[in-house]
Amino acid sequence: MSIFVDETTKVVIQGVSPTSQGLYHGLRNRAYGTKVVAGTNPKRGGEEVEGIPVFATVAEAVEATGANASFISVPPPFAADAVLEAAAAGIPFVVCITEGIPAQDEARAYNRLVRDFPGTRLLGPNCPGIISPGKCNIGITSGDIALPGGPVGIVSRSGTLTYQALHELSQQGVGQTTCVGIGGDPVPGTSFIDCLRAFEDDPDTRAVMMIGEIGGSAEEEAAEFIASSMTKPVVSYIAGVTAPPGRKMGHAGAIISGSKGTAQAKMQALAEAGVTVAQNPTEAGEAMVDVVRKLD
Amino acid sequence: MDLFEYQGKQYFARFGIPISPGGVADTVDEAVAQADAAGYPVVVKAQVKVGGRGKAGGVKLAADADEVRTHAGNILGLDIKGHVVKRLWIEHASDIAREYYASFTLDRSAKCHLGMLSAEGGVEIEEVAATNPDAIATLRIDPVDGLGLDGARAWVARAGLDEEAREQAAELLVKLYTCYTEGDCDLAEINPLILTPDGRVHALDAKVTLDANATFRHPEWEEFEGSDVEDEREARAKARGLNYIGLDGTVGIIANGAGLAMSTLDVVNQVGGTAANFLDIGGGANADVMAAALEVINSDPKVQAIFVNIFGGITRVDEVAKGVLEALSRVDIGSPIVLRLDGTNAEAGRAILAEHLSDRLVAEPTMLDAARRVVALAGGQS
Repeated sequence: MSIFVDETTKVVIQGVSPTSQGLYHGLRNRAYGTKVVAGTNPKRGGEEVEGIPVFATVAEAVEATGANASFISVPPPFAADAVLEAAAAGIPFVVCITEGIPAQDEARAYNRLVRDFPGTRLLGPNCPGIISPGKCNIGITSGDIALPGGPVGIVSRSGTLTYQALHELSQQGVGQTTCVGIGGDPVPGTSFIDCLRAFEDDPDTRAVMMIGEIGGSAEEEAAEFIASSMTKPVVSYIAGVTAPPGRKMGHAGAIISGSKGTAQAKMQALAEAGVTVAQNPTEAGEAMVDVVRKLD
Repeated sequence: MDLFEYQGKQYFARFGIPISPGGVADTVDEAVAQADAAGYPVVVKAQVKVGGRGKAGGVKLAADADEVRTHAGNILGLDIKGHVVKRLWIEHASDIAREYYASFTLDRSAKCHLGMLSAEGGVEIEEVAATNPDAIATLRIDPVDGLGLDGARAWVARAGLDEEAREQAAELLVKLYTCYTEGDCDLAEINPLILTPDGRVHALDAKVTLDANATFRHPEWEEFEGSDVEDEREARAKARGLNYIGLDGTVGIIANGAGLAMSTLDVVNQVGGTAANFLDIGGGANADVMAAALEVINSDPKVQAIFVNIFGGITRVDEVAKGVLEALSRVDIGSPIVLRLDGTNAEAGRAILAEHLSDRLVAEPTMLDAARRVVALAGGQS
C-alpha cells in the first residue's frame, strides 16, 4: 500500500500547452507509469497534446475521464484559483508545485478549502510532489532515485533534501511506500501530521523518515503527534543548525514563537518524543537502515 | 522585503493610517529643512533595519534648528549593530498620553491571520509578552472573512484600550488589516501606536515586511527595491539572481535547493569548518548559473576552499558535471574546489569529471567525505 496516491490514481494536468511546465513534468510522470488521463486549458478544449485529451475545465475533465487527482504548476498569479477550480470539480487530491505564490493567496485558498471543500486535500504549494514508487509519481521527483516495495514512508519540507533522503535509502536497498514533499511555504495544504497519521494507518509503511528545517513550529507540532499517536519508529533530520540568523523586523515573530523555530528546539522536541534524530542526511539514512533491519 | 520606518509610514499613509507629519533627510541641512517644515519640536530618527536604535542613540528630540543640526550630525554615520545610518526621518514630536502595540502577521500553526493588540505598548513589548501574556489581546482572523469594524471594536475593548481611543483605534486597525492583506505584507506592526493628550490616535513607528512573492502585482514597490543590501557580496550575487547570504567563515558553499544548502552548512560545521556563505543555485545548475556562483564565491577574499554540493534530480548529474567544467573554463578560481555530485546519472557525471580532477579539483562520493576534505583544504578550524 501507499498513502494518498497509488496505481489507481488518475491525474489531470491543469494548464496544459505544448510549452507548459505542467506538460513537461506530466509527461515525465506518465513515462514513470502514472496514469495521466487529461489536461485542461480554457483555450484548447477538445484538442489533444502528446496523446493527452485536453478539456476547457477541470469539471469537464473529471466528467469525461474520472480523474481523481490534479497536478498544478501554473505561474503564481493563477495558482490559487487553479487549486480552487480543482476542488470545486470534486478532485480529492491536488498537487501544486508552483513556487512563489503570495502568502495572502495561500492563506485565503487554504481556508476556502477547509470551509467549502473539505473533501479535497492540497499537497504544496512550492513542493516537489509525491511519489509512491512503482505506482504513481506526481510532481518533479526523479523516479530513478526511488525504490518500490517499502517499508519506509518519507515526509519532507525541503525539496532537494527529499531527493537526498530517497537516494540514501535506495542506495542501501531500503524501499519506500510513499515519499511526500509537503513544501516549505507558510501555509502548506498538507502538514507533517497529516502524513504521519496516514503513514501510521498504512499497513505497509513500517517506519517513517521525517525531514524538517528551521522556522515555524511544524516540527514541534509533529513531535507532539508522534509522542501521543504514533507506534511506528521515526527517524528525523532537521536542516539549519548553523543557518545564519535572519535580520528580524518587529516584535510579532518573537511574541508568537518564543524559543520555537530553531533547529535545536525542533531536534530536542523530536528526541523527547522518542524520534531518532540524526545530525546529517547520511546519518539519517544509516539510522533508518538500522531501524529497518531490526523490524524483521 | 523589509521596509525602513519612513517607507513603512509612507505605505501606511496610502491606506489612510494616520502618521506624524515629517520627511526624510540624507544630510544635516536637509534635516533642518524637514524640521522647519514639520514644526518644532521634532524627533530625529535613524533609518536602519534593526531594533534597539533608540538605546543606541539613534532617536533624539530636538527643540530647535541648532539641536536638529547637532543630533543629525551625530546620528548620520552612526553604526547601530553593524548598520550604518545613511538616512534620517524627521517628524513633528508628538505628546504621548498612552502607548499601545498593534500588529498583523500570519499564524502559521493556525493557518490564519493573527492580530495582536496591547494597551501596554512601547519598547518593552517582548518583555510584556513573556511576563504577562494576558496583556496582549490576540485575534485570529479567517482570511476569507477578514476584519470588519464591529470585530475591531470588540477587540479594542477586550484589549483594554482607553475609552477615548477605542473608536479611532478600531478604525485604524481595520485600515492596518487592509494594508496587511491588500498591501501584501508579511508583517504590519505599529509600536507604539499612541494616544495623544488631546485624544488623537496615530502610528508613531512602522515595521513593515512585504511579501516578495507578491511583487508581480505591486509595481509601486519598485521604489523600495535595492535600498536594503548591506553586504557587497550579497549585492553582487543579487545582481546575478543568486540566493546568497554572506557569512564569516572560510569554506565557500554552492548547493542546489535551500534545504541542501542549509544542510551543507551544517555538515561543514560538524566536521570543524566554517562556511563563508549560504548559496542556493536552485534546481537548474547549468553552466551559466554555476559560473556566476563561482565568480561570486571567488570574489570573497576569506574563502580558502569551495564546496560544490549538487544533488541531481531532474537536472541529471552528467549535465551538472558538464556545467561545472564549462564554468571552470570561463572563471579563474583562486581556491581548490571539492565536488560532491550525486543523484540521477551520477556515474556518468563522475566519469565526465574523472580526467579533469587534480589537487585543485577534487571529487568525493558523499556529503560527509566532501565536507571533511574541503575543511582540510581550507586549513581546518578557523
